Amino acid sequence: MLLKRIIPCLDTAGGRVVKGTHFQQLRDQGDPVALARAYSEDGADELTFLDIDATPQGRATLVDLVERTAYEVFIPLTVGGGIREVDEIRTLLRAGADKVSIQTAAVQRPELITEAARAFGSQCIVVAIDAKRVAGDGWMAFTHGGRTPTGIEAVGWAIEAQHRGAGEILLTSIDADGTRAGYDLELTRAVVDAVQIPVIASGGAGHPKDLEAVLTVGRADAALAASIFHSGAFPIPQVKAYLAGHGIPVRI
Amino acid sequence: MIALIDYGAGNLRSVENALARLNATATIAATPEDLDRAQAILFPGVGAAAPAMASLRDRGLDRAVITAIRNGVPFLGICLGMQLLFERSAEDGAACLGIIPGTVERLNTREKLPHVGWNTLEHVRPHPVLEGIEGEAFYFVHSYVVLPRHPAVVAGDTTHGVPFVSAIARQGLVGVQFHPERSGTAGLRLLENFLRFAKVEAAA
Repeated sequence: MLLKRIIPCLDTAGGRVVKGTHFQQLRDQGDPVALARAYSEDGADELTFLDIDATPQGRATLVDLVERTAYEVFIPLTVGGGIREVDEIRTLLRAGADKVSIQTAAVQRPELITEAARAFGSQCIVVAIDAKRVAGDGWMAFTHGGRTPTGIEAVGWAIEAQHRGAGEILLTSIDADGTRAGYDLELTRAVVDAVQIPVIASGGAGHPKDLEAVLTVGRADAALAASIFHSGAFPIPQVKAYLAGHGIPVRI
Repeated sequence: MIALIDYGAGNLRSVENALARLNATATIAATPEDLDRAQAILFPGVGAAAPAMASLRDRGLDRAVITAIRNGVPFLGICLGMQLLFERSAEDGAACLGIIPGTVERLNTREKLPHVGWNTLEHVRPHPVLEGIEGEAFYFVHSYVVLPRHPAVVAGDTTHGVPFVSAIARQGLVGVQFHPERSGTAGLRLLENFLRFAKVEAAA
């Protein structure tokens, strides 16, 4: 049976992790490679690097970081953050990324999804959608961390992304993100029910029960989280043991 | 010499990295001559069957792979690298290498495709390369699966709504649908098994 995936997300800039993590001995050095290795050894099923430094110099540093991570971490690695061009995707995949996540550029130029999927296969193209609940019912897609409205309805955008060749949807609830009060289950379920490709839920994890809820009620294929792991509150083995204890198939 | 076939369709880097972790060095093989000298061959692959076959033919690697396998060189096909060993793929209707009787078809399941993520390898048939990995989870990314004509080559299966063949073995030839190079310690174990098997075969 296909197992549910648990994915820690690391925010990077200038080749460093920019948010603290509980790996005390590693925190000072903030080295994403060391952290990636630690999470991998802890039982992470995949890793996501979200680069928040989209300058040309930062890009070169990111490529180097991906190379160094792929050299010693043997689980799938997704890289996102400011990716705009097919050539950039090629460079990151060659450096050792297994998938790339595109967001703003996909909204601005949806053909990028098609071009990238044709060039490299849908399996490595993740379309990231940041969704915010709007008055009435439904959700709209936003960019720039929820600051910029796109005027695009989020569930419909997920469907279009799939048709254009996305292999997965990385769905973040802007309302839930940072609250540690749980994922937006309704949003997750709405997108999962609308598309046939895997959906990675993101935003709001504060307790293992939140991951359980989004993987069962929300029917997500994978749960991405940052602070719940970085803070040390709930290490991956504990989260996975909790999920397994509640009948969710996970890799132990 | 361990050859890693480069036909422009594989994610060579991650296989190379995994071998490096196991203190093995692979030689990138892009010509038939490279394969002639190989004591073991790894055949990775990501992507679609038709362009991969075209690229193999352009480089003359199709005949070289067939010859190497006929000569009993230990061989590990990964994902598309396993599928291409069959006669034909329903993906683009591509004619493949025809080394293993059977075809490649889209997985007939009600579950989501592509089948992405970790899934377990079951019913493993004893083979030195597949030792100690029964029941372990491996990372899969695919929509198509192999349908061997002879059940005897089936060496393991996995269930995604329906069971499908996720490992094959015929003497020194092994193929897996998953990506050992992306499957953590279980994947490294399989690659280590393969390297050890190749060494034993080379000494024999």
